[in-house]
Amino acid sequence: MNLTLKIWRQKSAQDKGQIVEYKVKDISDHMSFLEMLDVLNESLVAKDEEPIAFDHDCREGICGTCSLHINGEAHGPDRLITTCQLHMRTFKDGDTIFIEPFRSKAFPIIKDLMVDRSALDRIQQAGGYISVNTSGNSQDANAIPISKPNADESMDAAACIGCGACVASCKNASAMLFVSAKVSQYALLPQGRIEAKDRVTNMIKQMDKEGFGNCTNTGACEMECPKGISLNNIARLNREYLVASI
Amino acid sequence: MGYFSSSVGRKFFMALTGLFLVVFLLVHLIANLTLFGGPDAFNAASHFMGTNPLIQIMQPVLALGFVAHIIMGIILEYKNMISRPIGYIKNNANANSKWTSRNMIVTGLMIFAFLFLHIINYFIPFKTTEIHNHYEFVVELFKNPIYTFIYVIAFILLGMHLMHGFQSSLTTTGIRNRKYQKCIEQMGVAYSIIIAIGFSSIALWFYFVN
Ligand code: HEM
Ligand code: SF4
Ligand code: FES
Repeated sequence: MNLTLKIWRQKSAQDKGQIVEYKVKDISDHMSFLEMLDVLNESLVAKDEEPIAFDHDCREGICGTCSLHINGEAHGPDRLITTCQLHMRTFKDGDTIFIEPFRSKAFPIIKDLMVDRSALDRIQQAGGYISVNTSGNSQDANAIPISKPNADESMDAAACIGCGACVASCKNASAMLFVSAKVSQYALLPQGRIEAKDRVTNMIKQMDKEGFGNCTNTGACEMECPKGISLNNIARLNREYLVASI
Repeated sequence: MGYFSSSVGRKFFMALTGLFLVVFLLVHLIANLTLFGGPDAFNAASHFMGTNPLIQIMQPVLALGFVAHIIMGIILEYKNMISRPIGYIKNNANANSKWTSRNMIVTGLMIFAFLFLHIINYFIPFKTTEIHNHYEFVVELFKNPIYTFIYVIAFILLGMHLMHGFQSSLTTTGIRNRKYQKCIEQMGVAYSIIIAIGFSSIALWFYFVN
């Protein structure tokens, strides 16, 4: 298929940036979206032009590195997938596709479509861990009984890959879905209860410091999240924070 | 207080004032529905609302609740706007969220504008002048098609604000889980429709029928 791409180009964080139009020809519908961009980049390199910078790593939907706001949606129009898992068969011959970086004050642009999402890492470092002895005599994991529903919900929350699509889709650029997933995965397990109050307090403090917006429960994050993280986690985060504050 | 200076705490405050207004609206609607019972029923209800000590105490609280909700709404909206200084050129927001959820500030500010009109129409005359027949006074306004139209539009906007606001405020206060969310959402829709249709029906009845 032949496509018209309208891609955000920006030389550096300081540069103003603009949309540049590219035409790509003979794209196979079996290609992933990133492979399609690889094809475009090869043609740019061949013409001695600067290739388009975009984030990617595993290309199998597990690392959370790929990003892109494609035709107005984070990770494109499909549900429950990352951009590396988005197939070109989702589009039709002759389509025009807008490709923009994830936008948020907390995600400064590095170059073109690459953004700095280390704000999410700093939130994680503020409390997204448990303190356990790992000196070789750690306890057997099955020694503490955990109810099946709690284990399941914790596991669902732990599926978050920190891609930032929730922030990118939110009208408020809020990171609440991400933070709620990271808080919930521990809050639901006995091992996580010990540091629960400090965890939620510190992570929310860091979240606010990074400049993310305030959640208004629009639910856009849940719809665009490649891992199907539920808004129920946001309600849990609100409860945890309230309890930690009184 | 660290709690209320955090994003989550401010949202909680927003939700509490919102829920308070939700309860107020229900009381207000029930009082107004007595208009269908004729002058005696409404004048009795109006007298009760004007003299009952609990209602008198709640009046300044209500005013404060409104002011707090509006000011906090504007503060939060402003902070949200600056959280994304450069927006998207193409943004397909309808694919992932409802219009009502994204435009709470729009419906909210329009309700705020209506509130001014409403206070000028009723609250001030009731408080400052001697009106013997409240029923007559209320009904009189809806002989005017422009007022009837403005009131009905305001009630529809109010319903839209609540379509999102009802369930949103419960999520913010932590009341949401797998099991009950569907039910909470349905209650929110029912409440919003009851408020919008309930108030509108009064305006329309007195315009068309009486
Ligand atoms: C009778 C009138 C009103 C009622 C019953 C009402 C009710 C509510 C409720 C229940 C919420 C949800 C709170 C939450 O999500 O945590 C809300 C949110 C909000 N309201 Fe109101 N409200 C009213 C008037 C207003 C007015 C006059 C404004 C004007 C600025 C306003 C602006 C907002 C904003 C900006 C939000 C936050 C959006 C969100 O959290 O989704 N509201 N309102
Ligand atoms: S909650 Fe979902 S959208 Fe947000 S960072 Fe985690 S995986 Fe990505
Ligand atoms: S590149 Fe790893 S999830 Fe897409």
